[in-house]
Amino acid sequence: MSTITPPSPHPAVDRLAQPTPPRRRRLPTGRALTYTVLVIGVLLWLLPFVWMVLGSVKTQREILTKPPTIWPQDPTFDNFGRWFTDLNFGQFFTNSVIVAVVTVLGNLLFCSMVGYALAKMDFPGKKALFALVMIMLMVPGVVTFVPLFVQVTSLGLLNTYPALILPFLTQPLGVFLMRQFMLGIPEPLMEAARIDGAGELRIFARVVMPLCGPPLATLGILTFLGSWNNFLWPLVAAQSQDMYTLPVALSLYSTGQQATDYGLLLAGAVLVITPILLLFVALQRYFVQGIATVGLK
Amino acid sequence: MTTTAAPRPAGTARPGRAAPASRGPAAARRRRQGMVAWMFALPFVLVFGFFMLVPLVSSFAMSFTDFTSRDVRTPFAVNFVGLDQYVALFGDARFLKSLSVTGTFVVVGIPLTMAVALALAVALNSGISRFRSAFRVGFYAPVVTSIVAVSVVWRYILQPDGLLNTALGWVGIEGPNWLSSTTWALPSLILMAVWRNVGTLMVIFLAGLQSVPAEVQEAAVMDGASPWRRFRSVTLPLLRPTLLLGAVLISVGYLQFFEEAFVMTQGGPLDSTLSTAFYTFEQFGFGKYGFASAASYVLFLAIALLSLLQFRLLRSQD
Repeated sequence: MSTITPPSPHPAVDRLAQPTPPRRRRLPTGRALTYTVLVIGVLLWLLPFVWMVLGSVKTQREILTKPPTIWPQDPTFDNFGRWFTDLNFGQFFTNSVIVAVVTVLGNLLFCSMVGYALAKMDFPGKKALFALVMIMLMVPGVVTFVPLFVQVTSLGLLNTYPALILPFLTQPLGVFLMRQFMLGIPEPLMEAARIDGAGELRIFARVVMPLCGPPLATLGILTFLGSWNNFLWPLVAAQSQDMYTLPVALSLYSTGQQATDYGLLLAGAVLVITPILLLFVALQRYFVQGIATVGLK
Repeated sequence: MTTTAAPRPAGTARPGRAAPASRGPAAARRRRQGMVAWMFALPFVLVFGFFMLVPLVSSFAMSFTDFTSRDVRTPFAVNFVGLDQYVALFGDARFLKSLSVTGTFVVVGIPLTMAVALALAVALNSGISRFRSAFRVGFYAPVVTSIVAVSVVWRYILQPDGLLNTALGWVGIEGPNWLSSTTWALPSLILMAVWRNVGTLMVIFLAGLQSVPAEVQEAAVMDGASPWRRFRSVTLPLLRPTLLLGAVLISVGYLQFFEEAFVMTQGGPLDSTLSTAFYTFEQFGFGKYGFASAASYVLFLAIALLSLLQFRLLRSQD
């Protein structure tokens, strides 16, 4: 269970595993070939993003030309402008940010709290609680959204921020992540604080939490990512424009009247993807570690 | 928790603080810690219980009833119908179609994603040092993006006169109308899923490759094994647990594919991209909540079986 292996660069380990044909081995041409394939591959991989950005600054007329022009002939930010003037981008963006930020804060706090109890305290029902967390780790949103919708409706919470936030305020994965890390915090540290007369709350806040930077970063990023890109539940729970998150708004425009207005849609895609992509490039180490952790959990 | 009903000896007039005489102070401290621990767990327990556990159970219960959107306000008008919803479900050709679409998506998409991810991981692990992290970032970038947003972009690329067909035209191939063709729509969605998910597996496989001991490889070199032979006979067998894990991990996601179908094809043309998740959502939209719950539970069963498999794999790994 504890095989959380962040991908650390080990360039020395093997250049031996390359699957090049026998005759070519150890020759510099082999490496040149690897580089060529990787460069072409990564360009292909990023091409959709480039094409998205190029399309988003083309005029409505240009985007309809066949065959498509590669480089925008008359670059314009009109498509972005329309998100602000014709559509309510500010509202969608605000909704996405509010939901993501509150969800992240809730997860950081609540998952740490229960993680602390599970890692460092003894209490009746502890094993059962942990088993439940592990079981629920894999329950997909598509199984629970129907009764959740009924529940939220009968509480009168439909189409409100609480409806968008509350179901995601904690998550089993976060609990697991925090517990695993806290198990490794040495007991004497906490015992010393206990002898000084500190209560559990104080130990948690002053001793344990300050040590939890790495898992909190991972959890925060994963939660933000999940919330920002979340789709099925917001699609169901947000009923009017003033509650749409960005992906919901984009999906509804892309399947509604604006379905062929690609300038607008691509600009929308740029607006949804860019914040996350910037965050990713800035914090890529944490992202990749996070996914590796999830993968090997 | 404390037995306040017990007669207190005179003099100790402070309720709640006296420990029962029969147990020692250690027991009292343990009980107190138990209370504190549950206080720490409380926010999680409330959210988790109310928003995950209850819906999971009531979804199961709902699948045996005729619950519809009209019953939200009057839940007592709902009738128990036994297995009727499941019988109706498996009698619906569209549901069966959705199972086969989802199955195809998983069975074709997973090996493809794994093959590409493994090739990339091996290439990145083959001793190249320049631009290593740039490559990693590049291949990984699609993983962090919103499926809705990239679906919009891919729909634009796959248009009849879009980027892909224009590029194919340069080499003399006349591309089909990808998303409007019953033959090509699902392969197009699979292609996009491969593009988006390769990064996840690449990172996992890379970590796995780096844990293959160098001595083992060196021993194989001593024995005169060719690079391809070493890959086949040394690396691949040692990597098997990681490969299995990766396969199970992304198949859980692939089984739920929804956004791609929602944005790119709306399940069409002629239900050729109708995933089970999309079918469930559609039935929910019609207000047939009991029926939708039954459909979602069939999907859940498949996912649960895969998860069980994953747990077993993990155990054998430890």
